[in-house]
Amino acid sequence: MYGNDFGEPLNAAETEDYTSAVQEYFDGLIADDQRIEPRDAMPEGYRSTLIRQIAQHAHSEIIGMQPEGNWITRAPSLRRKAILMAKVQDEAGHGLYLYSAAETLGVDRAELLDKLHNGRQKYSSIFNYPTLTWADVGAIGWLVDGAAIMNQVPLCRCSYGPYARAMIRVCKEESFHQRQGFEILWTLARGTDEQRAMAQDAADRWWWPALMMFGPPDSGEAATQGHTAQNMAWGIKRFSNDDLRQKFVDMTVPQADKLGLTLPDPDLRWNEERGHYDIGPIDWDEFWRVLKGDGPCNSQRVEHRRAAHEDGAWVREAAAAYAAKHAAGEVRGAVA
Amino acid sequence: MSDDTTAAHAPGANAQGWPLFEVFVRAKRGLSHVHAGSVHAPDATMALRNARDLYTRRQEGVSLWVVRSDDITASSPTERDSFFDPAADKVYRHPTFYDVPEDVEYL
Amino acid sequence: MSTPTTTDTTLLHTAYVLGLGDDALVYSHRLGEWLTRAPQIEEDMALGNVGLDLLGQARSLLTHAGELEGRGRDEDALAYLRDERSFRNVQLVEQPRGDFADEMARMLWFASYQLALYVRLVDSADEVLAGVAGKAVKEVAYHRDHAAQWVVRLGDGTPESHERMAAALQRVAPYVAELTSDDEASVWAAERGIGVLPSSVEDEVHEYVASVLAQATLEEPEPARWHARDGRRGIHSEALGYLLAEMQHIHRSHPGAAW
Repeated sequence: MYGNDFGEPLNAAETEDYTSAVQEYFDGLIADDQRIEPRDAMPEGYRSTLIRQIAQHAHSEIIGMQPEGNWITRAPSLRRKAILMAKVQDEAGHGLYLYSAAETLGVDRAELLDKLHNGRQKYSSIFNYPTLTWADVGAIGWLVDGAAIMNQVPLCRCSYGPYARAMIRVCKEESFHQRQGFEILWTLARGTDEQRAMAQDAADRWWWPALMMFGPPDSGEAATQGHTAQNMAWGIKRFSNDDLRQKFVDMTVPQADKLGLTLPDPDLRWNEERGHYDIGPIDWDEFWRVLKGDGPCNSQRVEHRRAAHEDGAWVREAAAAYAAKHAAGEVRGAVA
Repeated sequence: MSDDTTAAHAPGANAQGWPLFEVFVRAKRGLSHVHAGSVHAPDATMALRNARDLYTRRQEGVSLWVVRSDDITASSPTERDSFFDPAADKVYRHPTFYDVPEDVEYL
Repeated sequence: MSTPTTTDTTLLHTAYVLGLGDDALVYSHRLGEWLTRAPQIEEDMALGNVGLDLLGQARSLLTHAGELEGRGRDEDALAYLRDERSFRNVQLVEQPRGDFADEMARMLWFASYQLALYVRLVDSADEVLAGVAGKAVKEVAYHRDHAAQWVVRLGDGTPESHERMAAALQRVAPYVAELTSDDEASVWAAERGIGVLPSSVEDEVHEYVASVLAQATLEEPEPARWHARDGRRGIHSEALGYLLAEMQHIHRSHPGAAW
């Protein structure tokens, strides 16, 4: 889920070739905080966890193009239109970086896309909510990208080299996404009454889903369930969901104040003792419901994606056929 | 390239995907091309264009290479020790191995 | 031709630049509709790049048109607060998004036309226009190449893609002649070294497209019985009204608001 993993826990099952010597070498690299690279032998659980997590992350980028892409044709100024097109295009790019990282683990992108299209792999549930007003484009940048960055920055140090490198590139490019979202809301909050109301409404609707992006609680007692512990030991995950969520809240509340927007949580207050903001209870029923398909846009998002893929099949086939016909005569440029 | 291998790389009628190409970017003149990632493309001509759109849209490069991932021959991790460990004791290859008086210039 | 008055001069100069800007604006809008719908994610990237290039050109050109006009209209006032009849784009760019072959057919013609034009506008007596052209010429050369690569692959790909590409060229054919039709503003601008007479690039555009079609094993489409005309005079197809309704509605719902 945008850098989080919510599938069933996996055991580090080993294949026949996976001898104790290889295991020792792998464990040594992890212990030394070295990066694992594609051709290294690795526990099957490590590989499959990474494939699933990177694929989910990539799918999230690709599906995430839709709620914002929804506003490209209606962006209220040409400057905003250009920014939004560039941002949605960046998301396509981030999806590609991530699929590229996943493919180093021996899966094919087509296979992963199939799993997205038939619902066997998930993407971040945040994108199952609709973008109803222009202010939603701002709220997605500010809250959703803000939460995503919080999740993604630690992944730049993920133990798997290609994933870490993809994340470095993504984080570098993503820095403008959050800022442009804040700027949209900043402008709206200082605009007409209607614009201010639009901004507040967007903050109200996106706040809780943004907090859910960090995933269910996994600290304290919950840390022994799920696969947080294993993923931390493998260096795939660096912080617990709860720690990241807290960091996000602490960062975002003062920003909301600056914007002059309220956040829809009557229990939200500064806790002097903890040195953090306390928040009210998150509706995890809603989270699981939306994750399992009962969200306003689940079927719409997947259907849109599948339609694009199917409509394009004849194009991909044509290009492959052309390549096959002309492969023999392909002129290669001299390496320079 | 024979038709057989082509078919294996770029299956025709019900092609799910295009072959994978590795992308190398020269960030600026004077630097080597560095591996940036990969793209899918039906052929090298399109791979170059896809790489341009994906890896250099923020002026990250002045030159691009693409090469079919299948065409790369890599050292194997199982040969790791015999490939790379023998270099470990050849410290005399590094300039810091040598003691020279501090007041000698241009060394 | 009689000597134009100062007002005529302003109007004609503005109209010429607006025509170029509206072409780019409306086409970038249509390309924006492709994002999330391309045949391969790499192609989302490519179409996004083309759309962004065109939007950049549109913004510079509309800003310049607003300055020439001298009535205080900026790029947004021109993009969001004009109605169909005031838009000066050719009808090719406003046609609803079709399939990928339609888009590549449209892009091949349009980018070929833009390239031929911008190569010459680099020497425009209007320095701002020359500057925009200098930047745009590299962009549209890439667009033309992109479209050509695809037309060749679709034409010479599978029997289905060949068929579809041929059909797309046929559908686009009625909108081709308008690209290189002269109108009052372009004649005026060309006479003063500000603009380029569209008819003067007709052969070049057709020769290039013909060379691509030959490589693509495609026949030239049959001449269209009807062809689009007068987009430069604000005569459009019905599609433009819907495009503008969608593009402009948020902006117009909040008069005077900043975004």
